[in-house]
Amino acid sequence: MLSSLAGVLFDGFAYGMLLFLLSVGLSVTLGMMNFVNLAHYGFALVGGYATVTLVNRFGWNFFVALPLAFIVAALVSVALERSLFRRLYRATDLDQCLFTIGIAFIAIAAFSWFYTSEPQSVPAPFPRDQPIVAMGMGFSQYRAFLIVFGLAVTAFLVFFLEKTRFGARIRASVDNQRMAQGLGIDVDRAFMFTFALGGGLAGLGGALAIEVIGLDPSFALSYLLVYVLIVVAVGGLGSIGGSFAAAAVLGITDTAGKYYFPWLGSFLIYLVMVALLMWRPAGLFGKR
Amino acid sequence: MENANQHFRRKVRLHPLEIVFWLCTLLPFVVTPNYLSLASQIAITALFALSLDLILGYAGIVSLGHAAFFGVGAYTAGLIAKHYWLEPLSSLVIAGALAGLVGYATSHIIVRFRHLALIMLTMGLGLLLHEAANSASMLTGGADGLQGFKVPSVLGFKFDMFGRAAYAYALAVLFVCFLVARRVIHSPFGLALRGIRENATRMPAIGAPSRAHLRKAYTIAAVLAGIAGALLTHTTSTVSLETLSFGRSADVLVILILGGAGRLYGGIIGAIIYMVARDQFSGANPQYWYFWIGLLLVAVVMFLPNGILGGIGALYKKSK
Repeated sequence: MLSSLAGVLFDGFAYGMLLFLLSVGLSVTLGMMNFVNLAHYGFALVGGYATVTLVNRFGWNFFVALPLAFIVAALVSVALERSLFRRLYRATDLDQCLFTIGIAFIAIAAFSWFYTSEPQSVPAPFPRDQPIVAMGMGFSQYRAFLIVFGLAVTAFLVFFLEKTRFGARIRASVDNQRMAQGLGIDVDRAFMFTFALGGGLAGLGGALAIEVIGLDPSFALSYLLVYVLIVVAVGGLGSIGGSFAAAAVLGITDTAGKYYFPWLGSFLIYLVMVALLMWRPAGLFGKR
Repeated sequence: MENANQHFRRKVRLHPLEIVFWLCTLLPFVVTPNYLSLASQIAITALFALSLDLILGYAGIVSLGHAAFFGVGAYTAGLIAKHYWLEPLSSLVIAGALAGLVGYATSHIIVRFRHLALIMLTMGLGLLLHEAANSASMLTGGADGLQGFKVPSVLGFKFDMFGRAAYAYALAVLFVCFLVARRVIHSPFGLALRGIRENATRMPAIGAPSRAHLRKAYTIAAVLAGIAGALLTHTTSTVSLETLSFGRSADVLVILILGGAGRLYGGIIGAIIYMVARDQFSGANPQYWYFWIGLLLVAVVMFLPNGILGGIGALYKKSK
């Protein structure tokens, strides 16, 4: 019982790190521009499919393909932001929702056109995934890698936002856009950069998720979009710590629920979300 | 100068164009008798979209979980038909009442939130109900849905394979519900709802009980959605888990926005266009259907902010 608990915590936390990568960009851009981007998961698809193409068609190593997944997803997100999304910053919540869901639908159809709607896979990143044995039980190497990677990204983001000048500009724009503009901060540029970073991280998340939850276009909408939105709403807009905590709680609750109460399905996760939102409508760490 | 009483009375009167429109809904009986089952699906979807219009278009509550009430209605009608009796009208009323009850219960939560939290909560409650129905397979049949019953007739008219009685039944219910919704909208209560939509802080300041109004509107919308769900059960004699799904909530939102929210006919026009287009284009591969829906959504938001009806209205004003 105790060892299975450790396993569930480990797997759940690794899953939570994936959710964190997928959602942190959306949380920050939402907090900054109040832009509800339901197409955010599309960037994860871009990263995932870029990795699949590089690894399967060009024979790249999975880990070498990861940075490229980040770059491709970041470029696509900036292109979309500059050409389409920026027109909608002043539109209503509903219009933003509808527009970006439209983009997500188009992306899903386009990916199923080019890659078929079959789930895609890559050769296992750790060819002989020997479990790391500790405390009398095995832990998957890949999941251990996910956890380390997720923690490293979190540390980098926190350092970047809290300690660097550019991070200070981004924080100022999130807190009070008008005031920041008044102080001479180029909010538009800061936002473009944040959008690219968030899109790139989602692309990275999409690439890393291939091993754990697979990659196929329609799955993205019905399943992960919901999870990403839950992380954002529960964590609170524009809060990295909030997203991290919410992703970890969500990942562990979901894994534990499926392990201990499989007949409940995803019921538990939605219950937790509704309860948390009723308790704190602005999210766990949200200011507004 | 008219007084308030005359204003509402003028608004309630049916416009000649509306009478023409409702006469046109009878055309499928004569013109496309092979498509009557599609026509009844359209009528049901139109009723569902109309119910969403009450809360989204008039009260300004954005919901991504409206299928919850549709599903409650569908399952109630299905359970009644399977275990108790096959008479549809009474079960229609019960299904509407039960959906309304669920709507009233959840409305106490819904009215306390706005913006993203509201969207997330409606979605969360919808998903919660979907998962609950999936798990409670003893009652709902789980992923297999409810089957093994056949509603034979309504008021003595047999549901035949051509779907004549089914369409007449769906259309009649849609029309009655439409009149009710229309009456609600053109009442002082409907005016107060629009006031809340436009300025949520000012309405309480001039003495309107905002939350009580919103709760009432949400409950009425839930009743109508439940009736639409029950109609689907009666005309198809099955209930699937899909009636509660997130996809259905998203579809009805798309339909309403496409037609134009906040103008009663928006949902009906949207349902006609959406369902006919899907019937014609989706064909073998539903994925590519979503490509067109996506393109349509993008185009509507960019070029037709008030939907098709809003666009026509603007053209009409320009030409005058």
